[in-house]
Amino acid sequence: MKRIVVVGASAAGLAAAETLRREGYEGAVTLVGDEPQAPYDRPPLSKQVLSGTWPTERVFLRPRPALDSLGLDLRLGTAATGLDLGSREVLLADGGRTGYEGLIVATGVRPRRLPGEGAHVLRTLDDAVALRDRLLPGRRLVVVGAGFLGAEAAAVARSLGAEVTLLEPAPVPLAHAVGEKVGRVLSEAHRDHGVDLRTGVTVVRADGNGVRLADGEVIEADDVLVAVGSVPNTDWLTGSGLTVDDGLLCDEFSAAAPDVYGAGDVARWHNPLFGVPMRVEHRTNAAEQGMAAARNLLKPLARKPFAPVPYFWSDQYGMKVQAHGCLRGHDDVAVVEGDLAGRRFLAAYRTGDHLAGVLAVGMPPKTVRAWRQAVATRTTWSDALGSTASVSRA
Amino acid sequence: MSMRVELDEPKCVASGQCVMAAPEVFDQREEDGVAIVLDDGPAPELHDGVREAAAICPAAAIHLVER
Ligand SMILES: Cc1cc2nc3c(=O)[nH]c(=O)nc-3n(C[C@H](O)[C@H](O)[C@H](O)COP(=O)(O)OP(=O)(O)OC[C@H]3O[C@@H](n4cnc5c(N)ncnc54)[C@H](O)[C@@H]3O)c2cc1C
Ligand code: SF4
Repeated sequence: MKRIVVVGASAAGLAAAETLRREGYEGAVTLVGDEPQAPYDRPPLSKQVLSGTWPTERVFLRPRPALDSLGLDLRLGTAATGLDLGSREVLLADGGRTGYEGLIVATGVRPRRLPGEGAHVLRTLDDAVALRDRLLPGRRLVVVGAGFLGAEAAAVARSLGAEVTLLEPAPVPLAHAVGEKVGRVLSEAHRDHGVDLRTGVTVVRADGNGVRLADGEVIEADDVLVAVGSVPNTDWLTGSGLTVDDGLLCDEFSAAAPDVYGAGDVARWHNPLFGVPMRVEHRTNAAEQGMAAARNLLKPLARKPFAPVPYFWSDQYGMKVQAHGCLRGHDDVAVVEGDLAGRRFLAAYRTGDHLAGVLAVGMPPKTVRAWRQAVATRTTWSDALGSTASVSRA
Repeated sequence: MSMRVELDEPKCVASGQCVMAAPEVFDQREEDGVAIVLDDGPAPELHDGVREAAAICPAAAIHLVER
C-alpha cells in the first residue's frame, strides 16, 4: 500500500495516522480535517477550557514537532465533500481529489441543534472559548439537556458564579444511560450546588436570549447552551455506496468496505465482545479504534476483531465518574461497593445473564480495574455478584 | 535505543489505560487514580507496551523521548 487517506483530524484520525507510522508504514499519509487548528482534544473543552484554568494551547494533542515528525500530507481547514469508491478518490471542498489505496473515515459527530438562533453548542475549541467568555458572575445560563456534557457545563458555570438553569426532558437525568438511582445521585449534585434543575420539560425553541418550552413558557437568559446529543458526520459519504445508519456501518474489524475503515464517534461497528453493533462517543474509543483500524488496514491477512470494553469518564463538581462496559439498555443495576448516599460507590450493570458494565465514583483504582477485568472476561452476573459481600439493588 | 517517559500529571484523567498497557512502567495513585511512572527509563523489551500506553492515553498526558 502506497497511499493512505485519513479523513477527520482529531483523536481517532490522529491515532490512526500515528499508528500507521508506528507499524512501519512508510508510504504517503494524507490527513484531511475541516477544522483549521492542529488536532486538539475535546474533553478539556467542557472542563479546564470552559473554566479558564487552562490556556487554549494546552488542548493540542501533540506538540508541533511530534506532529511534523510523522511526515504527513496535512490538509487542515479542508473538508471532504465526497467519496468515489470506484476510482478510490476522496473529493475535497477546494475542488481537488486525493486518491487512496486505503481509507480511514474518522469524521466524528456534530451537535444536534434545536430550532432558534444564537444558542451555543459545545463541540469545538471556538465553541468553548465563545461560551467561556460569556460565563461571568451573575450571568444567567440556560443549559438544555442534562446528559454528561450539559452536566459538566452546568457545573463549571456554577463554579464561575453564573446562575444556571438546567432543563431535561426525562424525569431523571441520565436514567436511560446509568439507571434511575445512579442518575438521581448524579443529578442531586446539581441542586446541592445551586443549579435550578428542572426535569420533565421539553424545549421547543432555543435562542441566544432564552428558550421556549412545549407548554409555551419562556425562560429568559443571557446565554443558552444546547447539549441534546449529536449527529454523525456522514453527509459527505451520501451516495458513495457505503452504508450509513446512525454512523458509518462497519464490521467486527472496523471495516466498512474493502480497504475502507471507520473509527471513533462516527463508526457503528459490531463489537464481538458484546455481540452487538455499537457506536460510542468516548475519547478512549476514538484512540483505540483509530489504532485498530490502521493495523487492520495495513495487515489484511492478520486482521484482529475490534472488541474493546468501552470506557468513559466525566468530571462534575469534583466527582469523577468512570464507566467501563456497556451500560445502555441494561436490565438491572446493583451497588456492589460503597454507597450511593456517600457518593462513593461502584454500580454493576446486568444485561441478559452477564455483567455488562460498571460505573464508579470515587473508588480506588485497583477496585475499578478488577471490575473492568470482570467485564472484559464476560463474567456472568451470578459469578460477579457472588464475589461481593453486600449488594443493594439500585 | 533509549526511552524516557514523561507524564504531564495535571492532564491525567485517571483512566488507568496506561497501567493496562504497560503495568511494569505505570501505576495509579490509590487516593485519586492519577498515574505514577514506576520506571522512567524502561528497558527495550518494555518499549512497545509503553508506546501503546502513550498512544491510548485519553488525555495525551504521556510523552516519550526516544533517541
Ligand atoms: C465538550 C466535550 C467533552 C467531552 N468529554 C468527554 C469525557 O469527559 N470523556 C469521554 O470519554 N469523552 C468525552 N467527550 C467525547 C470525545 O471528545 C469524543 O469521543 C472524541 O473527540 C471523538 O473523537 P473522533 O476523532 O472520533 O471525532 P471528533 O473529535 O468529532 O473529530 C472528527 C473531526 O473530523 C472533522 N470532520 C468532520 N467532517 C469532516 C469532513 N467532511 N471533512 C474533513 N473533516 C471533517 C471534524 O471537524 C473533527 O475535527 C467529550 C466531547 C466533547 C465535545
Ligand atoms: S492513560 Fe493517561 S489519563 Fe489514563 S491514567 Fe494513564 S496517564 Fe492518566
